[in-house]
Amino acid sequence: MTSDPNDRDDRGSRQRGLSRRGFLSTMGTGVLTATAASQLGAQPPAGPAVVAPDERAKVTLAVNGRTYELLVEPRWSLSYVLREVLELTGTKVGCERGECGACTVLMDGTPRYACLTLAVEAQGAEIVTVEGLMTGEDLGPVQQAFVEKDAFQCGYCTSGQIMAAEGLLRATAEPDVERIRHGMSGNLCRCGAYPHIVQAVQRAAELRRAGGAS
Amino acid sequence: MTNRPDTEYYLEGLDLPETPEISTNLEPWGRTTVVGQARPRVDGYERVSGTAVYPADITMPGMLYGAMLGCPHPHAVVTAVDVSRAQTMPGVRAVLSAFTPPDRATQPHVEAIRTQLFNPHCRFEGDAVAAVAADTPYQAQDALRAIDVQYEVRPFLVDERKALEPDAPLVHESGNRVSPLQVYERGDVAKGFAEADVVLEEEYRTECEIHTPMEPHGCVARWDGDRLTLWESTQGVYAVQTGVAAALGMPFSMVRVVGHYMGGGFGAKLQSGKYSVVAALLAKMTARPVKLVLTREETYLSVGNRPPANMRLKVGVKRDGTITAMQFWGSGASGAQPAGGAGSLDWVVRDLYTCANVRTELQDLYINAGPARPFRAPGHPQGAWALEQMMDALAEAIGMDPVALRVKNVPIVSQARGNVPYTTTGLRRCLEEGAAAFGWAEARADIARSGKRGTVRRGVGMAAGLWAAGGGGPPSTVVVKFFTDGSVNLNMGASDIGTGTKTVMAMVVAEELGVDPDAVEIEHADTGSTQFATPSGGSKTVPTESPAVRAAAVDVKRQLLEIAAEELKVDVATLTLRDGKVVSTADPAVSRPLTELQGLRRRRNLIGVGHRGPNPEGKAVNPFAAQFCEVEVDTATGEVRVLRFLGAHDSGRVMNLLTYRNQVFGGITMGIGLGLTESRILDVDQTGKMVNVNWHDYKLPTMLDVPADMTCLPIDPEDRECNSTGAKGIGEPATIPTAPAIANAIYHATGVRVTATPINPLALVRALAQAGEG
Repeated sequence: MTSDPNDRDDRGSRQRGLSRRGFLSTMGTGVLTATAASQLGAQPPAGPAVVAPDERAKVTLAVNGRTYELLVEPRWSLSYVLREVLELTGTKVGCERGECGACTVLMDGTPRYACLTLAVEAQGAEIVTVEGLMTGEDLGPVQQAFVEKDAFQCGYCTSGQIMAAEGLLRATAEPDVERIRHGMSGNLCRCGAYPHIVQAVQRAAELRRAGGAS
Repeated sequence: MTNRPDTEYYLEGLDLPETPEISTNLEPWGRTTVVGQARPRVDGYERVSGTAVYPADITMPGMLYGAMLGCPHPHAVVTAVDVSRAQTMPGVRAVLSAFTPPDRATQPHVEAIRTQLFNPHCRFEGDAVAAVAADTPYQAQDALRAIDVQYEVRPFLVDERKALEPDAPLVHESGNRVSPLQVYERGDVAKGFAEADVVLEEEYRTECEIHTPMEPHGCVARWDGDRLTLWESTQGVYAVQTGVAAALGMPFSMVRVVGHYMGGGFGAKLQSGKYSVVAALLAKMTARPVKLVLTREETYLSVGNRPPANMRLKVGVKRDGTITAMQFWGSGASGAQPAGGAGSLDWVVRDLYTCANVRTELQDLYINAGPARPFRAPGHPQGAWALEQMMDALAEAIGMDPVALRVKNVPIVSQARGNVPYTTTGLRRCLEEGAAAFGWAEARADIARSGKRGTVRRGVGMAAGLWAAGGGGPPSTVVVKFFTDGSVNLNMGASDIGTGTKTVMAMVVAEELGVDPDAVEIEHADTGSTQFATPSGGSKTVPTESPAVRAAAVDVKRQLLEIAAEELKVDVATLTLRDGKVVSTADPAVSRPLTELQGLRRRRNLIGVGHRGPNPEGKAVNPFAAQFCEVEVDTATGEVRVLRFLGAHDSGRVMNLLTYRNQVFGGITMGIGLGLTESRILDVDQTGKMVNVNWHDYKLPTMLDVPADMTCLPIDPEDRECNSTGAKGIGEPATIPTAPAIANAIYHATGVRVTATPINPLALVRALAQAGEG
């Protein structure tokens, strides 16, 4: 069956594994072309040393006000390190390709998809996860508003929604409905709690004005 | 899945225990004090603080990460698997395939059909071929890429519309029909059509949708000796126990499944999957816990879908709106396994409107694609897409208002069940009160005056629906424990899949025992510690579980009152519970805090057991719905903006107004997806592969696609017959009328009827151009 086009596809996908390694090894240099990537797969390039995918690098991450010294593989995503290494599992993973926003965290106050952020990239930034919005065991205003307005169903996208709302409100203290809809449109909710999420963001803005700002 | 929705699809494959006969028939509630409130969830704190532990969140010392390799072809036979390179890679602890010892992977596995776990004959893209466990998920994915699989590629069929062509490739040797044509008939359609003043006939199609819950399917498996524990993202822990125990040849008692939190299912997580068996085998081989969560891409291919539906509907109507005959033909695709591809497509045609002459034909077909699974109201949104657009067209043809035509044909009996009466049918009220609250007549008049602005047209549309299940029923057994300090444990097997089940049940306990719902701590969804429960699905969880919970609470209440009557030396019939006290209804001076009852203190806690009694004989219990919407269409670009939506629902008693509303809005959102954005796209001609296995190309509604202006109008007819809480299901009916309501609104706006989903800009500009309206 070697003449079957589908078989060729299959071999192609295995070769892409090598290309991916090349891609990762050049991430730090900022140099990337298709031809360079395929050559990298075949032979080590001159210039910056190629890092093997499972070779670990030391990083310092500032998460929720604490500093962590970690050994990570350069390819590890921030979401993986937060969840599986630091066991901060409030941050969820829905797609690992920057589509759903379940992994949204704040980096220096701005919402960011942790699945599309490498842990090594996050060094030097102030990272805040949903756990970081708490004061001890007390909910922050956005979290409180999400409970009051029932702005979730299964709750799996909720951490990401809350972090997106937190980022939105830090940038715009009193967003109107259109601003909220745009600000929250990068976060999918398959249960369809969107109308309640709009209400919750409005309520969170009220709570923050009343002094609950975190 | 079955074609008879009243034999419940969510119970398939389960041996149901009998529920003991209930000793007391509880009087229906009159007015309630806690039940019916808009109450935030009892587990809200956990869900917003990040402390709720979903299966994918579990980490354990020494835990490995599992991953599965799927067949890249829609139809192929695996002839060899070489895992030698994968086995020696860093961090890799175990590799499993049908060609690799140990051969437990070849043992039978039942998922719709009996097959082996890694069946070399792969009939759909994504069918499991091999699996690995490694120290990190990255290493596991590396190892998958290093597995060398030899495939003998076979001809494929992925378009069910070509399944019965003479030269169509065969998915199974027995042919591409899953079962013989299913025919339903009552009356005489030929006679009915002859009596009609107007007869219309039209073809409709709905595209395949993928559930894509936010949390992918997955589990963590751990062995303690011969005992297996699975933390699983599931709608039903006992269903997973059943499937996994069968696949591994284990006694039920040795398979514990825990499902406290789960990130959405919508029908895709009603049963066990291969991934759970694989995780258990990998954990056994490595003597380590194994976490196996499917990738997002895998969830598009192998764990279910709402199958595509091809429908033709012919309806005759008299000038006065009397429907004289309905004839329906529908086909759907089960995928590569028998999975109810055409199931329930015709139910709304059979049962939503009064009609003496009905004939329906359903054909379920195989294709080389992932098997279907129940998806929020199986068959119903598809059938409603056809029927409710047809009703709109008929209304116009006879010059009648679309709401009036439906009201004219509201049924009082379930015709499809042999004219069995409904316990309640709020359909007329959904239509009339929904239209009034929406401002239907005013909106139509307004649009007639000023609905056009440049290329922008406004329109309103509506549709109705009913859900063939939603009444619940036995079995269910629930335990309520009441402690000396007045706190309460509720122990039930059902899952809370995000619909607010736990909160509703806490409110039921609070209603009967006069305690705060927050004082009710809930133990649930754990085969190791809770009673048997059917999976949470079919909009039956509240009507199934709430009467059992009520019965258990009433059992505790009876014991408390008996203890109090003895200590207070009064007639037990004069006592009731209020705010943590026993109080006399005869003499307000007679009262005692529950915590001071000596009889309770001596016993430390009281245990109440409740069973779900049977549904009333000779009656049908169904939820009904009508939805109304307003849209704005830009005829130059084909863009549709949904401006507002109203859902009027008869789902019996509203148990918690806050979560009820959320269900209605969520159902509408999902219906917007069916109508406007969602479609599985298979490369029909070249590779047979799905080309949009991601959320960029398979488009869920985002917040920008749904109106911020949504209204939920509960029609709450008192139903004293359906069960002891008067509740019917809301989750599924909420999504049934949505898509056709939008299509009708688009027709109202543009005069162009689009009969295939999704009505995205491309489809709409094409339709407008063909109609000369662009």
